[in-house]
Amino acid sequence: MGAKFHVRVTLELCNFGYWTTYVYGEKHGRHFAPSRSRGPRIKTPLPPRPQGEPVVLNLDHRNDEIEHAAPSIISVKNLTKTYASGLQALKDVNLEIRRGEIFALLGPNGAGKTTLIGIICGLVRSSEGTVIADGHDIVTDYRLARTKIGLVPQELSTDMFETIWATVSFSRGLFGKPPKPAHLEKVLRELSLWDKRHQKIMTLSGGMKRRVLIAKALSHEPEILFLDEPTAGVDVELRRDMWAMVRSLRSLGVTIILTTHYIEEAEQMADRIGVMSKGEIILVEDKTKLMQKLGKKQLSLQLQQLLTKIPEQLTQYELELSKDGGQLIYNFDARGERPKIADLLRDIAELGIDIKDLQTCESSLEDIFVNLVRAHS
Amino acid sequence: MNRYAIRAIYMFEMSRTFRTLLQSIASPVISTSLYFVVFGSAIGHRIPQVEGVTYAAFIIPGLTMLSLLNESISNASLGIYLPRFTGTIFEVLSAPISHLELIAGYVGAAASKSVLLGAIILITARLFVPYSIAHPIWMLIFLGLTAVTFSLFGFIIGIWADGFEKLQLVPMLIVTPLTFLGGSFYSIKMLPPIWQKITLFNPVVYLVSGFRWSFYGASDVGVEVSASMTLVFFMICVVAARWILTTGYRLKP
Repeated sequence: MGAKFHVRVTLELCNFGYWTTYVYGEKHGRHFAPSRSRGPRIKTPLPPRPQGEPVVLNLDHRNDEIEHAAPSIISVKNLTKTYASGLQALKDVNLEIRRGEIFALLGPNGAGKTTLIGIICGLVRSSEGTVIADGHDIVTDYRLARTKIGLVPQELSTDMFETIWATVSFSRGLFGKPPKPAHLEKVLRELSLWDKRHQKIMTLSGGMKRRVLIAKALSHEPEILFLDEPTAGVDVELRRDMWAMVRSLRSLGVTIILTTHYIEEAEQMADRIGVMSKGEIILVEDKTKLMQKLGKKQLSLQLQQLLTKIPEQLTQYELELSKDGGQLIYNFDARGERPKIADLLRDIAELGIDIKDLQTCESSLEDIFVNLVRAHS
Repeated sequence: MNRYAIRAIYMFEMSRTFRTLLQSIASPVISTSLYFVVFGSAIGHRIPQVEGVTYAAFIIPGLTMLSLLNESISNASLGIYLPRFTGTIFEVLSAPISHLELIAGYVGAAASKSVLLGAIILITARLFVPYSIAHPIWMLIFLGLTAVTFSLFGFIIGIWADGFEKLQLVPMLIVTPLTFLGGSFYSIKMLPPIWQKITLFNPVVYLVSGFRWSFYGASDVGVEVSASMTLVFFMICVVAARWILTTGYRLKP
């Protein structure tokens, strides 16, 4: 295991030239997270949450874990933004992004994600509050703060008449870095753009243009990378390439904050999830814990004999009986309370009810996200 | 100071000029040369001397100033408007650069192009008309100061404009008429007294007059007044640009 880990480190070091960043990450005990694998997901839809039933969120403690975890690289405090039109896009937002993590910011359209990113990157002026990026205030110490940040916007905004090489060189200079052709070459090679470096951007496909935007954002060796809808409108193959690239960057110590509408993307990549709605952060949670806390699990039992009603001995389990009487459904929260599946199965067996088959399924991040936003609305 | 950023913006803008050489340099040079041919060589022979020089020589400073003003404004306004239009401005706004560095990059490039263009026009004019420069240092000062001032003015227009129509509005409907009526083709002393006074409200009069003085030592208004008025307009543009960048007007919501 140790040998495998070492080999991987050696390979990762060759990427993008983030030598110093990696050493820093190692010093802080950040190591490569093992790739997550999930079993096949059963697509049986969960029953809808009854109307009026709120999602239980302990918002007061939502950032408690952060205080005791890795040091923050971005600290947002009491951030408010009211546009000239009167629209309040951000309402007293507090957020801590840990160094070296992949943080997915989710939220419906108009939730305030782009405004939040815009303020951190210097594109939008805040009304109140502070943002500290790697120890530097983004307003009073903007030079150092912005040097740490790279941004890949959602729109394919590039200088169409420039060559790839010229545009990445321009980006590096803009961020106050001296020319470093070796670094630019590494970035372009990693993004499969090296052979096209003398081509004008207007001749590239949409996917390639998005890679160019990523190359531009990486040209000045940022420690924080914002990806605003990085895979919007790209094909499946390129999307997977991007995911691999993002993981590779994270393993080199780059902190990545991404917004996405593809919940699957956040589920695949993120270490932590932040959910925004109506200008507020309604939840920040470790992805795995979030799915454990707010995820629903469901056990479906296919019966040999049809039942007309649920036996009285089983009422404590709050089971549901399908209309045809052939299926018993047991819903339970995966919230740490011991699900009494074993007791249920034993009681069913004692009642002489034969089980033909059983299935379990759990809610996806998408289910959780939809329920959270619905509850907040 | 982020000198790499200034250099990056400056070189980017200059490369745009050299990429569109026909539009940026050749077109204004040919247009101005046609003025020399028509008004100088063809019609100019029938016009007596003005302020002690031939008419063809007299119009050289005014025509150079006409091109300088228009090109300074259009170069600078397009330089900042195009990134706004295409959306690439996000990169400049998120970069660690100060307002002064931003202006130095964009306005510096636009002014450099205009000075280059002015020099080419003067060299081209020499092919058609013999002329001399009495005060070459002052000529360079007026050329540079006017180029910087109107590039700054163009930069402001480029931020103010929310469409290509507005981008052309000021150069076409304000600057060109003011230049034509500002003594480019005549001495304001040739006008009736009342129009002479009204013309003094035209700021271009002072630019043309001062520039012409550096060539022939004669001017419609005193050279000190010309230099002062140019500096005043420069300061107005500096204050306006500073306000725009500080408040984020049309750049940062």
